Order: sequence, then structure tokens, then C-alpha cells
Amino acid sequence: MSESNQLNTLNQQAVARYQNNFLKEVEDHVEEGQWVKMCMQCGVCAGSCPFGAHWEHSPQKLFMMIRAGKREEVLSTDSMWLCTSCYNCVVRCPRKLPITHIMHGLATYARRLGLVPKGQPTEEFATLFWNNLAKTGRINELKLTLGHYFKDGLISGIKTALGMQSIGIKMVLAKRLNPMEIFGGHGIKDLKGFQAIIAKAREIEDKKHGAAH
Amino acid sequence: MAKKEYAFYPGCSSQLKASASNYLTSVNSMCKTLDVKLTEIPDWNCCSASVGYCEGGELPRLAINARNFAQAETHLPGQDIVATCAACWLSARESKDRLDGSAQLMKETNEALAAAGLHYKAEVKVRHMVEVLIEDFGYDELKKPMKKSLEGIKFAGYVGCQTNRPFGIDGESFENPMYLDKMVETFGGEALTTYDQKVSCCGGALAFSEPEKSQKQIRDIVESAYDHGAEMIVTPCPLCQANVEVYQSEINKKQGTKFNMPVLYYSQLMTVAYGGSMKDAGLDGQLIRAHKLEEITKK
Repeated sequence: MSESNQLNTLNQQAVARYQNNFLKEVEDHVEEGQWVKMCMQCGVCAGSCPFGAHWEHSPQKLFMMIRAGKREEVLSTDSMWLCTSCYNCVVRCPRKLPITHIMHGLATYARRLGLVPKGQPTEEFATLFWNNLAKTGRINELKLTLGHYFKDGLISGIKTALGMQSIGIKMVLAKRLNPMEIFGGHGIKDLKGFQAIIAKAREIEDKKHGAAH
Repeated sequence: MAKKEYAFYPGCSSQLKASASNYLTSVNSMCKTLDVKLTEIPDWNCCSASVGYCEGGELPRLAINARNFAQAETHLPGQDIVATCAACWLSARESKDRLDGSAQLMKETNEALAAAGLHYKAEVKVRHMVEVLIEDFGYDELKKPMKKSLEGIKFAGYVGCQTNRPFGIDGESFENPMYLDKMVETFGGEALTTYDQKVSCCGGALAFSEPEKSQKQIRDIVESAYDHGAEMIVTPCPLCQANVEVYQSEINKKQGTKFNMPVLYYSQLMTVAYGGSMKDAGLDGQLIRAHKLEEITKK
């Protein structure tokens, strides 16, 4: 077990509760997880993924691993984090499994349990994205981009930002990026209500699946 | 033509000085010609897009989408929600399907909405602008106000993912949807119907987090457009547009290609065909200028 997951009590509770029945655990806690048992191992999803060549385990393989109880391997792989949400697998699946959502669900569950490989870039970007929109109700593209460039610290951030500088300037000139967004930018009026909705929704979800943080 | 009215969900990227602001400019011009009245959903919020899943989880994502539905139902009763962004449309429609199909999630979502004094009644419909054009108008009707032909320009219709899967446009196939080609042909342009990257993924939000893998996709999309003799790419999705246009210079720099392929929205083509100016069509917002379309606006 990795260091971080030793500390996550939620993970320990899940291990104790579900013993060797990982499929049941997935069905109970992963978004759309109840579909996993329907996979008939045809492999169309694996062959349809635009990032397929980069996955350690294809969705087909992940589904079989879930049924085989390979808990640690499934939850700590970064395969599902490579899902681009293109839905190609979903429309081609002969059993009509919502594969995209199961991948998102597995990723989210792994995160809840503290099992995501450290520095997984899509986990970092996805978190940045949500926090960005939750702050003002709408995405601030400038802060999102800069936040992403500077995720690994000042020096590497400056390097990345300088590398992308010419694109940034072109976007500003084309009026498709506003440097002033650094001071605020777009947002919604009833931010208080918006954030109260998110807080309440999170409270209900945590009650079902356990608080993640 | 009778005036048509919709509850408009423009989305974050369409806002003033955001990455798809020229999409909104051209949509507004196009709708003016078609006598469509778009009223923004009051105080709409971000849909969280697909990539919001990680920190957003399931219910918070459903709840913020339902907030937009509740706002539309309350302030614009009887009007369909129309999104122009592929991600907005997909997130909203997916949320709606899931809520309407589960009494439990509906109950929990309304419990969350109550924290802001809102309630979702499951009355509103969620549609994409392309659906409005095809279903509420149809190609013949869309052609009527045409003033200028796009004759002589070859377009690769890049449909991409999220306006195509998993819902897509009624009557179209996932593997080879024809509506974008038909739109190009409706306005006199030449549609390259054998363009083989039509429904490929550009990497989506992973263009940020997995730049190399995404740029490989983008390279294929642009290269194939060149191979088929395209002069421009046309798309219905703001993320496809941005990724495929913006990263061409990066790919050139890293891989020694000489890509310089303009990437347009269907609404820009239509605005030009309807006699709009370069500004009306948002052509001044292109990083890679679409000179041949600009010339038509000057005629």
C-alpha cells in the first residue's frame, strides 16, 4: 500500500467492509458502477479510445479486473484519468454501458480514497477547473490557464507561460482572452446561493459515500 | 417567418473576451437574420463540463446544472433551453436525463437547490443550436435569407465528439454524421464528405493536462483536412475550435509542420452567407485568418 492510502480511513473502512467483493464496492460507490457486471469483454471500447495506446489498462480490462477483485491495481492506476470524455466507447458498446461515466466514477472514487498516483496531471487540472468555477460560478479562463501553468511552481510556470506567450498575445489581440480577468472577471450574481447549492449537494453525497477530505 | 424564442445558455467560453466570444458574435448575427430571439437564462452558471467530474462528484454537478434549469423554468417558462457550446449542451442534457430518470437523484438535487430557494420541475427541454437550426428551421428554410454563396471554398466538416456522442443530432449516425456537410452545401460551399477525422477527438480538456497526446490528435485532424484538399475546417464545438486552431503553431514549432488552417464555426459561415460583415461573423477573432471568407464579406 502506498503512503497516502495508509492515512485514508475511508479506504481502510472500505477494505474492511467489502473484504474481497470489490465488484460490490464499485456498485455501491462508483458513479454508474452497477453497470460493470454487464460487460461481455468484447474489447470494442479498448479499440475505440483515442488515447487507447496510452492506457495501462483499457476499460474492458478494468471491468474484468474489478470482477476479479484487483482492487489496489484498479484504484491506483492512472488509466481512467486518460479519459477525454469523447464517448466513442459509449456509443459503440453493444451492451450500452456508460463507460465514460464509469471511468469518471472510478477516478473520483480513487480520489475519495486517496489512491490517485501523485502528480496525475488530469486530476490536478480537473480539480483546478472545478475550484475555478465554484469560486465565481463561471470559468475564468485566464486564471485557469495560469493556474495550470504554475502548478509545479514559479520557475516551471514562467517557462511554460513564456513558451505559450505568443499564443496568449494572439488570443488577447483577437479579443478572446482578457488580461484584466486576473482582477476578477466574469461571475454570477447569486454566488451565495450557488455555493450553498454545492455545499448541500456535497453534504448529501458525502453522507452516502463518506467524506473524502 | 414567425419569431422563435429560446432560453439561451451561452456558456463560459462565449462570454465577452473569452475564447469563443467570436462564436457568440456570429450566433447573434445569424439569429438576427433568422428572427430568433435568444434570452439569456438569468444568472446562469457554468455546467462544470466533463472534466469537472473529479472534484465535483455526481450530485454537485447535477445540482449546478439543475440550477440553470430552475432559473429557465421560473423566468422563461415554456421556452426550450438552447446551448451553443457542445460541453454545456452535453452536461445539461446528461444531467436532465439522469434527474428525470431517477426519483432519488431528483429528490436530492431539489434538496440542494432549496438551499438557494430554487426548485426544478423537470419541464424544460435542453437543445443544441444545431438542433434548432435543423429541426425548427430545416435546410431549405435556412437557405432562404442567403445573400452570398460560399462557392469555391472547400470545407472539412469537423463534428468532433460532444455534439455527436452520446446524444448527437436526431437521424444522424455517430460514425458519419452528415449535417455539417449538408449545411456547408446549403450555403454553396464544397463539403469534403470523405474527410476521415470528422468525429475524432481533439483531446478536449486534456489538451491542457496531456498536451503531447492531445496534440497528436490535433495533428491528425489538421493533416487529414490538408490531405483532403480543405481550405478551412468548420465545427460546431468551441473546444474543438480552440484546440484545433490554437495549437497549430505549437505543433509547427515542435514538429516542423507548416499548418495554417483556419477553423470556423458553422454560425460564422452562415453569417457570411447572410451578407454579414467580417465583424458580424466574428472573423476578426480568428488566430488563423480565414481570408477567403473575408473576401466574400467584402463583395
